[in-house]
Amino acid sequence: MGAEGIDPDEVRHVARLARLELSGEEVERMAGELAGVLRHIATIDELDLDGVEPTSHVVSVENALRPDVPRPCLPRERALESAPEVADDGFAVPSPQA
Amino acid sequence: MAELEVVIGLEIHVQLATQTKMFCSCALSFGDPPNVHTCPVCLALPGALPVVNERAIHLGLMIGMALGSELAPRSTFHRKNYFYPDSPKGYQISQYDEPLCRGGTLEGVRIHRVHLEEDAAKLIHLGSSGRIHGSQTSVVDFNRGGTPLVEIVTEPDLRSAAQAREWLELLRATLRALGVSDVNMEEGSLRADANVSLRAAGSSELGTKAELKNMNSFRYLERGIGAEVERQSAIISGGGEVEQETLHFDPASGHLTPLRSKEDAQDYRYFPEPDLVPIAITAAMLGAARAAMPELPAARAARFESELSISPERARQLAFRGDLGDFFERAVSASADGVAHARRIADWLTGEVLARLGDADPASSRLEPGALAALAALLADGVVTATAAREVLDALISDGGDPAAIVAERGLGAIADSDGLAEIVARAIAADPDTAEQVRSGNAKAIGALVGPIMRETRGRADGAELQRLIRAALGVGD
Amino acid sequence: MSDASEIIALSAAAAAGAVGAGDLDAGELFDAYRSRAGADPLNAFVWVAEEAPANGAGPLGGVPVAVKDLFCTEGVPSQSGSRILEGYRPPYTATVVERIAAAGGPLLGKTNQDEFAMGSSTENSAFGPTRNPWDDSRVPGGSSGGSAAAVAARLAPWAIGTDTGGSIRQPAALCGIVGLKPTYGAVSRYGMIAFASSLDQAGPLTRDVTDAALLFAAMTGARDPLDSTSLEYPAQVVLPTQRDLRGIRLGVPAELTGEGIEPGVLSSFEATLDLARELGASVEPCALPHAGHALAAYYVLAPAEASSNLARFDGVRYGYRARGASDLLSMYTQTRHDGFGDEVKRRIMLGTYALSSGYYDAYYGRAQRVRTKISEDFAAAFERFDFIVTPTAPGVAFPLGAKTADPLAMYLNDFCTVPMSLAGIPAISIPSGLAASPDGDRQLPVGFQFAAAPFREGAMLEAAFALEQAIGFDGSAAAVEL
Ligand SMILES: [Mg+2]
Ligand SMILES: [Zn+2]
Repeated sequence: MGAEGIDPDEVRHVARLARLELSGEEVERMAGELAGVLRHIATIDELDLDGVEPTSHVVSVENALRPDVPRPCLPRERALESAPEVADDGFAVPSPQA
Repeated sequence: MAELEVVIGLEIHVQLATQTKMFCSCALSFGDPPNVHTCPVCLALPGALPVVNERAIHLGLMIGMALGSELAPRSTFHRKNYFYPDSPKGYQISQYDEPLCRGGTLEGVRIHRVHLEEDAAKLIHLGSSGRIHGSQTSVVDFNRGGTPLVEIVTEPDLRSAAQAREWLELLRATLRALGVSDVNMEEGSLRADANVSLRAAGSSELGTKAELKNMNSFRYLERGIGAEVERQSAIISGGGEVEQETLHFDPASGHLTPLRSKEDAQDYRYFPEPDLVPIAITAAMLGAARAAMPELPAARAARFESELSISPERARQLAFRGDLGDFFERAVSASADGVAHARRIADWLTGEVLARLGDADPASSRLEPGALAALAALLADGVVTATAAREVLDALISDGGDPAAIVAERGLGAIADSDGLAEIVARAIAADPDTAEQVRSGNAKAIGALVGPIMRETRGRADGAELQRLIRAALGVGD
Repeated sequence: MSDASEIIALSAAAAAGAVGAGDLDAGELFDAYRSRAGADPLNAFVWVAEEAPANGAGPLGGVPVAVKDLFCTEGVPSQSGSRILEGYRPPYTATVVERIAAAGGPLLGKTNQDEFAMGSSTENSAFGPTRNPWDDSRVPGGSSGGSAAAVAARLAPWAIGTDTGGSIRQPAALCGIVGLKPTYGAVSRYGMIAFASSLDQAGPLTRDVTDAALLFAAMTGARDPLDSTSLEYPAQVVLPTQRDLRGIRLGVPAELTGEGIEPGVLSSFEATLDLARELGASVEPCALPHAGHALAAYYVLAPAEASSNLARFDGVRYGYRARGASDLLSMYTQTRHDGFGDEVKRRIMLGTYALSSGYYDAYYGRAQRVRTKISEDFAAAFERFDFIVTPTAPGVAFPLGAKTADPLAMYLNDFCTVPMSLAGIPAISIPSGLAASPDGDRQLPVGFQFAAAPFREGAMLEAAFALEQAIGFDGSAAAVEL
């Protein structure tokens, strides 16, 4: 895996996936910093992990379920109180179609 | 060029009829003013965490059982990451490699998987009237966001647009019988996407597929798939290659337009949802789902066939549309001799009644199930002719009432008296000697010209077969 | 009791006792700390309460609690140290803050932290860095540096923080106080602004082990129905009383006690092990063969989860939105560019990369398997040992700015704490004394870490208490004069 690091094109692609604007200078810097961390991460390549189960949770809980019973909702004013832009009782955003 | 075979698979999203959302305790809503059914969880406020609705698991298991799926002893949730204003967390909680149910089949169409997830919020386009610097604005309403969904994915086993529609209708009937959803395509509680591809007939490899979205009625589904089959056929017969893409069906124009450009290809970065723990199906959960299972359409059709001697096709017609099946059963049980008249009731319900009501539930008309059964009995006993019975049915559907009373009131009873009829027949023959001669000289078809006027005169109360027998007898022609 | 300095000198448990005995008025206690927190010279607090809420009764005796910024508190600024949540006041309160309040621990204020808990120095904060009360040219550690500095400086009687890879234990070590990271699931995460969900855990930062036990008891209990990963705490947490370590088997992992540890830290560690032996403990080497790879696995798993957890900061429903963006994509990308600091962006990038198509198996999948091996290492070790002990941090508090240019150097601060986080096991850091900084001009606190099997906090607190009594560390020198 990526001991070779990550090139600026990959940085731009990942930034796009993560919805992060990065200037040209930031892309270069990020590529260098990530490469350093990825080199350290690559040390796990030396481990033999065949047949090892992945761990997603360290808790052994199952079926943490909730009864299907309604509880009070937030009043609309509270739901909207922190919104950067409000229109028609909703959260306004630049239209995705635009 | 080899003959082409159409290959269709469906991905169906079903909104579950729970009281609350998938991961929070907000009540579900339809048609309420915007943003009144929200909480920290479904607004994805910082720090809020999801908790699975146990009823959604229960309904998911019922669906799995109805489809004969394998119910996973252990299933998990994943995050499907993408940015869109209708996805407040920036990911949808869905299931990935460990779904609730796998496999199964419904009427010969194999089920790939059944999994649980959450619905997106509603994004309403305001146009340039918005306040954001005069640019185009949309507004998000989170009432729907987080509604429990079951996604049902079929194998690519459907072979035509019509079959896809028919099968989806059966699935809807099944889900409706289960009571797990409102299954209303127009309102979006049942949504179907179709994967459509073509291949050389007899080939076992799949062609490149297009994914069709937004076909929000059965008619549009059939039309959309039909249009896509035509489009792909044209490409292939023109020597071109079908490209993998997502297409949006526009009901107004009937056209399909590409939804996303390829350079924006999705990378959902699925990974296990760390805020939730696995679902491990217990014996109690299975028992509760099993106990809640009603009779399903396929079983009901089989019962209609075996217990009521209904033809297989009729039986399916009745059973696969739950409202018809219910009406039928109520009609059959309305009187002591209902079972004896079951076939006639079935014929009339799927024929005459359906022709008059279309997709509307007969129970919502003024026609009472018992009245339909009584009408069938009048027919069977020869009290009314089929023609007269149609007139009675019209009256029953528009005004309700009792068939026998309508017959008496309107004088629609069959003319059972052959002497009276003989007199009318004699008059008709005298009035049209030319036709009479044709019949006499062996032109059997010409008899219709004599029957018509008599039917008009008797307003359909004469029994057609008896009438023909009388005419032939009067003209000295054998059967 | 009316002399503020007398009040401030009391541990939280002692203050609670004094209130309970009627020797101290809870309002007076609150005011004494409120005025100190309000005059905070360390930038430890980002918000201070105006007045105490009405109720005061309960086991915490009305002793006010400083709360890390990332805990949502209704109507009170809660922005996880980030510009992207500028001015955000949530409409609800985190379960753990509610539980503490219900137990008689009113909110004193919100404390500074690394943005979204990503950092080991509290320099990555939209509010600017917090300073170490032992030397204000140095960092307090992080990410719960505001909480640690506030407690060490006697600006707060006690505090809560969160620990994802060391964010309670490491600042506790660097500030000369006690920091407990509980078993994953012991404390509800509901209302904690998430960094890495499978690792985040809230815990107390206190002057001593007794205070840690008292506050921890209030944080646990019945499982929180709002957090699917929370568990009912299986035992009653009591205040520790043990004075010796007879029969206690301590395991010392070579993997976490060798290379990369400052000599001053190592000699404090060795001296503490000698004390433990004197108290009756056996001290043996113990193998944690995969612990050396924990940091690498952690820097895949935590950023991956973070990249997804931080996707909700999109400028739509709350917080900062970049002005002037006319299309949706640039609204997203500019908002997140301006709203997140450099370290947060780095981790989002790293995590997104590790999860992206074609890299998942090589990074995320492998890291999950390393995590399994690390848990297995600990499980095996706890068959032979009661506790694993290590230095908490590889070094003492470093100067502000010393590591900001080198992300990996900063990450190495968590070398000894990350393995326990991956395994989800409890760990506590207690001050083991002072050691010279590498530049030699300062005597600074060193932390000694115990780690235990899941839900063995009770026994761990007893052992830590016994050792604490023997060490006799006096942290009062860090109390700031106001
Ligand atoms: Mg789906
Ligand atoms: Zn909600």
